[in-house]
Amino acid sequence: MKIDRRSFLGLGLGAAAGVALSPVGVKLTDDSSIWTQNWPWTPVPEDGKITYDRSVCSLCPGACGISVKKINGRPVKIEGLDDYPINNGGACPHGISGLQYLYDPARIKTPLKKNGNKFEKISWDEAISLVAQKLGEIRKSGTPESLGLITGADSGSMAQLFERFMDAFGSPNTYNMPSLESNLALTAAALHGADRNLGFDLDHSDFILSFGAAIIEGWGSPVACIQANASRRERKAKLVQVDYRLSNTANAADKIIAVKPGTEADLALGICAVLLAKNLIAGDVNTSAFAAMLAKEYTPEKVEAITGVKAADMEALAMEFIKAKAPVAVPGKGRGDVGQSLREFAAVQALNALADRLNKKGGVFVMYPADYLSFSENVMDDAAKQGASKAKLAGSVNELVDKLEKDGGLSALFIYNANPCYALNNPEKVKVAMDKVGFKVSFSSFMDETALRSDVVLPASIFLERLEDVVSGGGLAKTVVGLCRPMVKPIFDTKHPGDALILLAQAMGDSIAQSFSWNSYDACLEQVTGKIWDTLSGDGYVVIDDKPPVGTPATDFTFLASAPKAAVPMGEGDYTLVPVDKMRLAVGSMISSPFAVKIISDKVLSGKYSVVEINPATAGILKDGDIAVLKTAMGKALVKIGFNEGIMPGVIGMPRGLGHAFNNPYVAGKGVNVNDLIGPVIEPGSGLDAAFGIKATLSKA
Amino acid sequence: MVIDLDKCTGCGACMVSCMSENNVPFKEDESDKKLSITWMRVYKLTNGKSFPEAEIVYLPRPCQHCGGIGDHGHSPCVSVCPATATDYGYDTGIVSQIYTRCFGCRYCMGACPYHARHFNWWDPKWPEGMENYLSPNVSPRMRGVVEKCSFCYHRYQLAREQAIVEDREIEEKEYQTACTTACPAGAIVFGDLNNPAHKVHQIVKPDPHPDPMNHKVVGKSRNPKVFRLLERLGTNPKVYYMSDREWVRKAGDNYLKGEWENVKTHHGASSSHG
Repeated sequence: MKIDRRSFLGLGLGAAAGVALSPVGVKLTDDSSIWTQNWPWTPVPEDGKITYDRSVCSLCPGACGISVKKINGRPVKIEGLDDYPINNGGACPHGISGLQYLYDPARIKTPLKKNGNKFEKISWDEAISLVAQKLGEIRKSGTPESLGLITGADSGSMAQLFERFMDAFGSPNTYNMPSLESNLALTAAALHGADRNLGFDLDHSDFILSFGAAIIEGWGSPVACIQANASRRERKAKLVQVDYRLSNTANAADKIIAVKPGTEADLALGICAVLLAKNLIAGDVNTSAFAAMLAKEYTPEKVEAITGVKAADMEALAMEFIKAKAPVAVPGKGRGDVGQSLREFAAVQALNALADRLNKKGGVFVMYPADYLSFSENVMDDAAKQGASKAKLAGSVNELVDKLEKDGGLSALFIYNANPCYALNNPEKVKVAMDKVGFKVSFSSFMDETALRSDVVLPASIFLERLEDVVSGGGLAKTVVGLCRPMVKPIFDTKHPGDALILLAQAMGDSIAQSFSWNSYDACLEQVTGKIWDTLSGDGYVVIDDKPPVGTPATDFTFLASAPKAAVPMGEGDYTLVPVDKMRLAVGSMISSPFAVKIISDKVLSGKYSVVEINPATAGILKDGDIAVLKTAMGKALVKIGFNEGIMPGVIGMPRGLGHAFNNPYVAGKGVNVNDLIGPVIEPGSGLDAAFGIKATLSKA
Repeated sequence: MVIDLDKCTGCGACMVSCMSENNVPFKEDESDKKLSITWMRVYKLTNGKSFPEAEIVYLPRPCQHCGGIGDHGHSPCVSVCPATATDYGYDTGIVSQIYTRCFGCRYCMGACPYHARHFNWWDPKWPEGMENYLSPNVSPRMRGVVEKCSFCYHRYQLAREQAIVEDREIEEKEYQTACTTACPAGAIVFGDLNNPAHKVHQIVKPDPHPDPMNHKVVGKSRNPKVFRLLERLGTNPKVYYMSDREWVRKAGDNYLKGEWENVKTHHGASSSHG
């Protein structure tokens, strides 16, 4: 057939009509819209039966009750547990992110052994026998006291189990990382006697005088504190914040008393002096050396010169404080853990004592630690007895770092629940000190800065995979023991650190094995919590005490009467650099989750830069958003300038909790660790690192 | 929903609770907030003064679930969606988002005055193993679609199913959004604005009649401390904010010189219907 013009057009038109009428085109468009959105790699979460399980969060000392929502036994969501005596349904961003810790592929998945610069995977049997052999050699050499322990936990059965191991091994060298709990315990020891805790009854106080405490930004038990603050308006309770920057707590306060950084203690002592001068105090301390010291050193004029608070304002504040029905003074700048001085804590607590606020509703409770654990007598052989009775190498973890860095002294070190190579000031020095220890064993769940420097890692199951008693801490005016329960079987080849310790003790044999004769940590917990186990496992918690303790404890002002000196920030510079605690950033041994990092403001973290707060009035030629070089005696860092009207001129605020250096692109390699820029200033007497800040200079990059 | 800005501490629990409830993904770098998907975002506002007079307020912003002009359901985003991927629920007052219908034109993002909508420029990626915590109640989104806060609609569905089975009304506490339950300060109150027994209604006291000064506005609060964002546009959001502080209430809109005085005196004073 010949194709002429006519038939060509006819065919063409016919084809066009056919295509237009056929459903193929519509079908293809429809399909393509479906295909473009049905990505096979977009996960389809498995559906199933919904259940809820109760547990306790042990990420921070807050010890909140949590409710874990599960689908077919698979945890999908964490929420606050209703009616739990600490957080009553509330939760914080870190606890809610708990599942990101659980499933994080950056977790340590098996036991590891350092080989040169690399870690190699080993089995649990190998790991335990390797550590047991090394420790055995140390014992054989007759220096069991050269085993050290750095830990973050200082309460509960895990803390005692580690202590027991150290004892049975024969070493007194246990050191706690600085925490609000340890600082409060030191304060209580200095003023009221050893082995006591302090609890602040914020729920019932009608006048809270906070000396820089970030009450709604992570101080103490964060959710409980946020709730106490939220109920404040209904109770018509006042909050007065002593601070040098507009923290969220200062912002929530009824009044801000602006002080120069590091002079909070002077203001507290100044208020004490006013109360004494006006004879508005309870008890008889007028004759004491403390009163004489106050009258001499802390006259309103002198305090004004030191703190920058007008004498009249301070007197008015003192009067307001003493006239309130249930006033309480709260110590602990920021979260109250690092960079605190005993002088400051004691000064604030002295104010509470003078105002007769000890063991009063809405005041400060001087409490005995929860006494619910009964371990059987530790079996100690001669080596253990000798070693354990020797003097400790240092008084605090800061002094230990100094000692190790200068002349060593430990042949092995356990690290549990602590990340000293990040969380202490001047981590470079901590790393050098760590390198002087021959053999380091980390019980970490994540390959953090400290675990990276260990020789053996015995990976710990996280709180969602383990059974444990969790004691409320953090300045709470009640003692609640909660039961953290395993929500899932361990995701990776990890163990409960309690189990790891028991296995290790048994591998060591002899008296140490006899001290750890349990089959598992779970069996140990059931045994040592004997008295309360039934309630604990049934209700999930036991309220040990939530009433003001009876009687008024004696207060010994000797420490303060000796007029301890304030820590002076190191170095030179026009500015004072201070770390700033943010609720959305985890600190200490805890690492922020990807969700927590996601919600950090771009005024805190911008790309890879930490943003520093600076008052525009003292920014000089620097403009908002500039990249600048921040220099201190300890080092320098590139930072982004963030203008903030809410900070005292001359002060630079830098967020704490950034600048992690390990391999996890979601949470590490972001910003600068402020501790890198601050050098420790060890306070004589307490051994605390009292460096609240450091002198710094800023210049345009 | 009513958010008490004087109670909010800016802790961010609502944001995290929302993300973990609704399978919102995360990227390695989330510091560019224009590209950061946050159904609930907490903004920080300042009063512009210097220390120690400076003040801040945190303003949590979920989708405002606008009822549109006159509260007839023509929300800004709904009116522009060519795919009917977002719609107004006349039964619930919730603005929906159907991801499989959305083809990513982003008109709704341009139309939304509250920046409540986010676009998936990339496929979501969870680090290996982390997809294990995803919830089956909310479908993960794919590249090329817009997403936003749903007032935890799946929680409403679950509560509704239960209520139907038991042949009763949904109780106030049965349907609460993830941000509400998470808030440690108790700053967020959620419920049925039209139900006088619910706390939200008691706080807001919404005026059922159009505002006599501006007929686009319906449901204005009769509580002088309560306001809505950009209220006079007539978007009629279902999220109300509450503050004792005047500068905070003023920050709910951009006022020309002198305008605020009129609004301030009129605010909450539409007592003709009171």
